[in-house]
Amino acid sequence: MPREVAIVGCGMAQFGNRTDKSLMDLLKEASTKAMEHTGLGETNVSALYVSTMLAGELTNQTAIASALADELCLVPAAADRIENGPASGGSAVKNAYLAIAAGLFDIVLVVGGEKMRQVPGDRITDLLATMTHPTAEYIHGVTLPSLAAMFTRLYMNKYGVERKHLSMIAVKNHENGLKNPYAHIHRKITLEGIYSSPEAEVNNPVIADPLRLFDMCPISDGAAAVVLCSADIAKRFADKPITVAGVGQATDIHAVSQRPDPTTLNAVKISSQQAFKMAKLEPKNMDVVELHDAFTILEIAESEDAGFFEKGTAHKAVEAGVTSLGGKLPINPSGGLKARGHPVGATGIAQVAELTWQLRGEAGERQVKDAKKAFCCNFGGFGNNVVSFVLKRED
Amino acid sequence: MENIDSMLSLDWDIPKKPYPAKAITLPTGSKMVVREISREEVPFLLDAIRPLLTISADYYDIVSARMYAELLGWYRYRVRNEYCLVGIVDGELAGIVNNRLYDSKTCISYHTMALKRGGRVGAHLFAAKQEHAIENLGVDQILVTAESPIGFNRWMVEWNLEPRQGMQHELGGANAYALTKEGYYLRKSKLVFGERPVPQALLEEALHFKVVAPDMVKDART
Repeated sequence: MPREVAIVGCGMAQFGNRTDKSLMDLLKEASTKAMEHTGLGETNVSALYVSTMLAGELTNQTAIASALADELCLVPAAADRIENGPASGGSAVKNAYLAIAAGLFDIVLVVGGEKMRQVPGDRITDLLATMTHPTAEYIHGVTLPSLAAMFTRLYMNKYGVERKHLSMIAVKNHENGLKNPYAHIHRKITLEGIYSSPEAEVNNPVIADPLRLFDMCPISDGAAAVVLCSADIAKRFADKPITVAGVGQATDIHAVSQRPDPTTLNAVKISSQQAFKMAKLEPKNMDVVELHDAFTILEIAESEDAGFFEKGTAHKAVEAGVTSLGGKLPINPSGGLKARGHPVGATGIAQVAELTWQLRGEAGERQVKDAKKAFCCNFGGFGNNVVSFVLKRED
Repeated sequence: MENIDSMLSLDWDIPKKPYPAKAITLPTGSKMVVREISREEVPFLLDAIRPLLTISADYYDIVSARMYAELLGWYRYRVRNEYCLVGIVDGELAGIVNNRLYDSKTCISYHTMALKRGGRVGAHLFAAKQEHAIENLGVDQILVTAESPIGFNRWMVEWNLEPRQGMQHELGGANAYALTKEGYYLRKSKLVFGERPVPQALLEEALHFKVVAPDMVKDART
């Protein structure tokens, strides 16, 4: 019988253009904050999982988990680096969950981070594109924005999603990001400014048709950390431990064009179903949700494939304000990848951290009232490896 | 010295139509007023530019040093036929662009600098500068160059400028590219925006703008 697992602390290092800090500094900052939030001493940590996609390529540091264990005075704790593209953070939390549930470790620190701003944008775009299928996609010049653009065009044709709906998501997530002190982007935008005014043509230029500037998440530096432990000792560290009620992970066909229906994110569907089944809960029970909106269209598609809305209807929910902070199902109160930012190795952990703050009632201005159950999905590649979690507060 | 002064004073400033101020909606929904600056206002701009001289990110040091010299030269009557537009948001200086006439048919594009970043201020001001040169100064072409990769992408690629192989821009370094009158009118509907006349209250605010620390300087302090 697996042990129950709880999240007892979380911390983040400011997302953004962090020229002032190294990757190691960012990881240490987030880790220290998470341990302080937990009230945890270094000697209590039995394992450290570090998620980063590009540490070796961008910061010339490999085996970063071993180095961080020493820097944080965690030696002789076990330490591993976890790499699963943009779902690295989710994978790291999942592996921590497994290790605790199996009884291997009692307390695990999970931290993820990235320094992506120190190289030109075209270099980052290319590095991220190496996740795509090497012979069916990458060799032909496919990038993540171009895949997302083709996906969006299909979605628009099939389900009637319009540019207006994508802009509404950007406006909503920027609004939420303004309330998140860790967010990369603290800038209000308006529908008039990016969609309906004549100037929107310049304000919100096409990047990969039909996607525009404000449909893309920024390239960010940053780090996020959470501390997990077995539920039976969680009360030692937190008055309100948050239980990892459900975990799911699934893969999908690598080349997007080879999927039976490219507009269906099968790995989102399967991983979320697994997580809900394990939690014995349903999408309708969720109070707050964090989705992987690397592109605005993904918030729509993931919210449908995770079961929150019928396929082809999420854009109407966005229009009706259902997914806004004060709506029936707030999505991305943190600002999402769109405004909080997307240091790829940190994102999955930042999602879990945000939901932990939400469920503990510690989310400040962006707090979703009386949130007790939450869901997040961390989307790797172009949906070919997805990790989902259901979290709940134990009262 | 007297000779230089008398030479520089010859045919001072080719007569031109004034550039009517316009208001542009930014992504934030705020209105940016774009208006021409008078020579007497240059000291305010120098105050705004000075803190950027040591910011190397995105070539702000190079661009600010050059723009400082260009504006100071105009103020001290060392540069002839220079023109400068500013963008003002919420009563604060948001960006500066300048150029000068080479002769009555050719304009030399100098610099574009956003002091408030990330709001497409530079893109709109660059477009306003082209509008000013073609529609107000009445030139046939504007010669442009870029000193940063961002500038190159934005000006040469977005505006699809024509390379003038072998012609070095007067700012030195890179080749010159040209925006012709035809090219301008081809792209005007997609790139040049703004409402005229500017509502009186907004215009008043823009006439007495404040100079605050540019974003780049604030970022460097944090």
